[in-house]
Amino acid sequence: MFQVRIHGRGGQGVVTGAEMLSIAAFLGGRHAQAFPSFGSERMGAPVVAYCRIDDQEIRLREPILQPDALIVQDPTLLHQVNVLSGLKDTGYILINTTRTFDELGLGDFVKGYQAGHLLTVPATELAMKHVGRPVPNVPLLGAFAALGGLITLDGVLAAIDQKFRGTVAQGNKAAAREAYEIVMEQEKKAQVHHA
Amino acid sequence: MLEQCEGSHAVAKAVALSRPEVICAYPISPQTHIVEGLGEMVKSGALTRCEFINVESEFAALSVAIGASAAGARAYTATASQGLLFMAEAVYNASGLGLPIVMTVANRAIGAPINIWNDHTDSMSMRDAGWLQIFAETNQEALDLHIQAFRIAEELSLPVMVCMDGFILTHAYERVDMPNQAQVDQFLPPYEPRQVLDPNEPVTIGAMVGPEAFTEVRYLAHAKQMQALALMPHIAEEFKQVFGRDSGGLVKPYRLDDADTIVIALGSVLGTIKDTVDDLRLEGVKIGVLGITSFRPFPIEAIRDATANAKRIVVIEKCFAVGIGGIVSRDVRSAVQNRQQTVLTVVAGLGGRPITKASLHKLLIDTVADKLEQLTFLDLNWEVVNRVLAREKKQRRSGPIAEGILRDIGTVSSPMS
Repeated sequence: MFQVRIHGRGGQGVVTGAEMLSIAAFLGGRHAQAFPSFGSERMGAPVVAYCRIDDQEIRLREPILQPDALIVQDPTLLHQVNVLSGLKDTGYILINTTRTFDELGLGDFVKGYQAGHLLTVPATELAMKHVGRPVPNVPLLGAFAALGGLITLDGVLAAIDQKFRGTVAQGNKAAAREAYEIVMEQEKKAQVHHA
Repeated sequence: MLEQCEGSHAVAKAVALSRPEVICAYPISPQTHIVEGLGEMVKSGALTRCEFINVESEFAALSVAIGASAAGARAYTATASQGLLFMAEAVYNASGLGLPIVMTVANRAIGAPINIWNDHTDSMSMRDAGWLQIFAETNQEALDLHIQAFRIAEELSLPVMVCMDGFILTHAYERVDMPNQAQVDQFLPPYEPRQVLDPNEPVTIGAMVGPEAFTEVRYLAHAKQMQALALMPHIAEEFKQVFGRDSGGLVKPYRLDDADTIVIALGSVLGTIKDTVDDLRLEGVKIGVLGITSFRPFPIEAIRDATANAKRIVVIEKCFAVGIGGIVSRDVRSAVQNRQQTVLTVVAGLGGRPITKASLHKLLIDTVADKLEQLTFLDLNWEVVNRVLAREKKQRRSGPIAEGILRDIGTVSSPMS
C-alpha cells in the first residue's frame, strides 16, 4: 500500500486533489481511498487530505500517520504545522515552491532522503498561467504522476475531465502536463547527479 | 459498473435508482452531499417522477416524508446528529404508524460540546424508536443497503434507518460497483402500500388508541421487527442473486473459526479491526470479528450462534450511555446470557477521534491477556481528565469543562484567569 498525505490551505483544492489522485489510481486499475481530515473549514486554514493506493481492497480507515509521500501545496505550512510528521525514510516530498529545499530550511531534514524523491514544482505559478487562479492541486498531481508507477499523466488528465468542464478542464490539463514535464527534467538531472 | 466516487454520491445514486417519489431535504453535515446530489438529479431530469421538497427543518423533513408515505409515495430523507434529535417526535410517529420511509443517518456526534465529527450517538439515541437500523461498513455496502432498505421497509411496512459513518464514509472516495436501473427494478418492485390515504376508500392513519389496545399495537411493532430477523437474510440472498454481491443480512463473521476472542463492532471501523485481526492472527492469536449489520432488530440468535465457542467477547462501540457504559455491549450481553463468557466494553472513536491500528493492536493484546477492565475508553487522555478533576476539587468556580480542556491542551491559547 502506498499512502499520500496532502497538506494545504482551505481554498487550494486539497480535498479535491486527494479525490482526483484516487480517481487517477482507480483508472489505472488500482484500489484507492481518498478522504479529508475536516477541521476548521475556512479559507486559508490548514487542511489535510489523504489518499491510499493499493492493489487490493483497502479496509484501513485511520488517518495516514506514516506517509510514503507528502504533497505540500503551501510551503508556509512547513513552519506552522508538523507537515513532515511520520514520513517514511524511503518517502517522497513534493512541494509547491519556486525555492529549493535548502532555501525552505529543509536541508537538514531531507539529508537522508534520495535526491530523486525530493521535488519542487512552481504549481501556483502554473495554475495562474493556465487556469488563472492560484489552485496548485492539479499541477501537483501532474508532477506526482512523473514519479512513475502509481498514477499516469493520462490518469490525471482523465480525472480532471471527471471533475471539471470546459476551459477550466483545459487549463488544468495544460498545467498538469507542464508540471509533469518539469519533474521529468528534475528526475533526469537527479539521475545524472547520482551516476 | 465500477466507479470511483464519494460515498454520499454513491448513496444518492442508489436512492435515485430505487425510484423514490418524494425526497424531503434539510441540510446538516455530514449528510448534506447526499440530498444535494439527489436535488441535482431531480433538477436535471436524471431522476423523474420524484418531488424534491426543501423543508424548513428536520422535523418538517420527516413529517413531510410521513405525509408522502401515507399518501402512497416511496419517501426518503436523510439527516444526522442534532437533526435526528430535532425530528425525534416524527421518528417515533413514522414507526408507530408503520410507514416504510427510508432515511440515511450520516452518523455524527451529538452536542454539547458541539462536534461535527463521527460517532454513533445520534442513531443510538433512536434505537428504541421502532425503526430498523442497519449499519454500513463500506461505501459499497451503504449503496447496497439503501436498495435493500426500501425492499425491507415496504415488505414489513416499517421505516428503515441506514446508518453510515459521517465523513469516514460519506466523504470518502472509493471504488463502488454501481448497479444499473434494470437490476434495481428487478430487485425492487413498485411500492404497494399496506395502508394508503385515498379519498375513495377513507381510512384513519394515526387513530388514537387507549389502554384497551395500545399494548397490542406495540406488541405488533415488536413482532414485525422479529419478522425482519427472518426477512433480512432472505432479502440479502435475493440481492446476491441479482447483483452478485454479499451485502446486508444480520451479522458478518470474519475469521471466527477457532477464535477464542471475538471482536464485535458496527460500521466502518470493522475494516481497521479486520486489518488488526489479520496481524494478530499472524502472531498466532486466535481472534476473529463479528460485524453487526442489523442493530435493530438485534440479531440475538445469530450473535449467540456465532460466538458460541469464544472465551471472551470485546465490543468496540462508538457511543456510550452516560451513567452505565456500553450500549451495544449490553445488548450483546443479553444475547449471550447464561454462558461463561466475558463481555467487555470498549468505547472508541467518540466525536471523530481516529481509531488506529496501533491502538487496537495494543487493546486486543490486552484483551487476550485478560488485562482489560469491564469498561475501557480507548486512547483516553487521563492527564487531561485528572487536571479537570483537580481543578474542580480546588475551586468552586472551575468554569466550563470543554473550554478548560481546550486551554489545557493548547487549542485555545489564552490563559486561564
